[in-house]
Amino acid sequence: MTGSVLYSTDIAGGKHWSFTMKANTALRLTDISGGASVGMLFYNPANLLERYNAPDTLKCQHTFKLTRGNCLYSDMGRIFCSVTEDSVGWHDSVSGTSTKSIVERKWGARDYQSDRNDWKQNGRDAFLVELAKYGLGKRDLAANVNWFTKIAVGDDGALEYITGNSKPEDYVEIRFEMETLVILHTCPHPLDPAKDYPWKGVRADLKEVPPATDTDECRLSRPENGRGFINNRLYHLGCGC
Amino acid sequence: MKTKASALSPDKASTRKTVLAGDYWIDVVKKGQTFRILDLEGNQAADTLFFSAMDPAERYSATDTIREQGNVFLGLGTKLMSSEGNVMLEITADTVGRHDTLGGACASESNTVRYDLEKRTMHACRDSWMLAVAERPEFGLTKRDITHNINFFMNVPVTADGGLSFADGLSAPGKYVEMRAEMDVIVLISNCPQLNNPCNAYNPTPVEILIWDR
Repeated sequence: MTGSVLYSTDIAGGKHWSFTMKANTALRLTDISGGASVGMLFYNPANLLERYNAPDTLKCQHTFKLTRGNCLYSDMGRIFCSVTEDSVGWHDSVSGTSTKSIVERKWGARDYQSDRNDWKQNGRDAFLVELAKYGLGKRDLAANVNWFTKIAVGDDGALEYITGNSKPEDYVEIRFEMETLVILHTCPHPLDPAKDYPWKGVRADLKEVPPATDTDECRLSRPENGRGFINNRLYHLGCGC
Repeated sequence: MKTKASALSPDKASTRKTVLAGDYWIDVVKKGQTFRILDLEGNQAADTLFFSAMDPAERYSATDTIREQGNVFLGLGTKLMSSEGNVMLEITADTVGRHDTLGGACASESNTVRYDLEKRTMHACRDSWMLAVAERPEFGLTKRDITHNINFFMNVPVTADGGLSFADGLSAPGKYVEMRAEMDVIVLISNCPQLNNPCNAYNPTPVEILIWDR
């Protein structure tokens, strides 16, 4: 693990958080007990209309899954962050997030009055709570990343949720290439077949890391990413807004 | 892959409008109306967004649609789901068999990444949408509302190891997709001007929009 850890915290299952990452910091997520799912959205704090774009991310790297070497793109052709380490191998970016009705149908009602902090929070409400803190709302929701979860696709296009994709102590680390507002939750993946509400926590390490070098794996993993890094450089020069 | 021809006659349509490549089309389709996109010359991609006419904050959601139908392809019988979990439209006739909702729309910004930094000033779908929201403020849309769209007539298979490929289109001249609106929807189409990839055979062409009242 490169870089120095500034802050380390455990985020229990069914919770949410948001924060702004500077360029050349990293977020390392570790699955504490196996089977975690972390929903995540990304925005540019200097222009909140710039946000994570799943289709651009997937098509420009000709990939359906996210893993080490991938870059996560905004809708403005820039790279919010790069996946620099990954012991999991497959992260989902097309299944969206759990909703109140999905959670209620699968695992029972969301009830703070009775359950206190063990209420069965859902991903969409968690996102909306965090988004509202920045003046954002339903119109700003986008297709989100689901770290740690694998959705396979058959030849006929059918989805399959793969259980056991992430094991205890599996990790993913993302390095931020520009200042980025991160919105996250640890609510269950909407396709998780678990019988009981899966309380799956993660450890989050916030780190200072060196900038990507000219021979950086993510920069070189595809020619597209090389151009994405140039777009970020233009942005930081003030020519890319 | 299922296909089904429509029983509706173009002569009976209440609206017929040709949309040239690189143009946008925006209008309201009412609940109960049937809406067809006709691929006039074949291999054209129609990049389409839907919004609830009552509240545009409720809009077509690719992720909810993919998840709720358990499939990444759109086709006959697909219910197009909103961000609030409601059915917006259902595909009721389709002579193509498969449509894409993973690949998103071309944008001048993503073209710099996908092809070359010097493609920045080439016309792209997102530009058509930006012009639409600027020219037609009565629909209440802005860049905030431009999200993950449908690409009617495009074919984007997923490989077993998690790759994404852009395969030959399944469409051809005269093929179409038709859907019945289950709520009043704003339809926003960018008829794709893409010149850089084979999604429209490097030759963007017109589509025709038809609407039947019942």
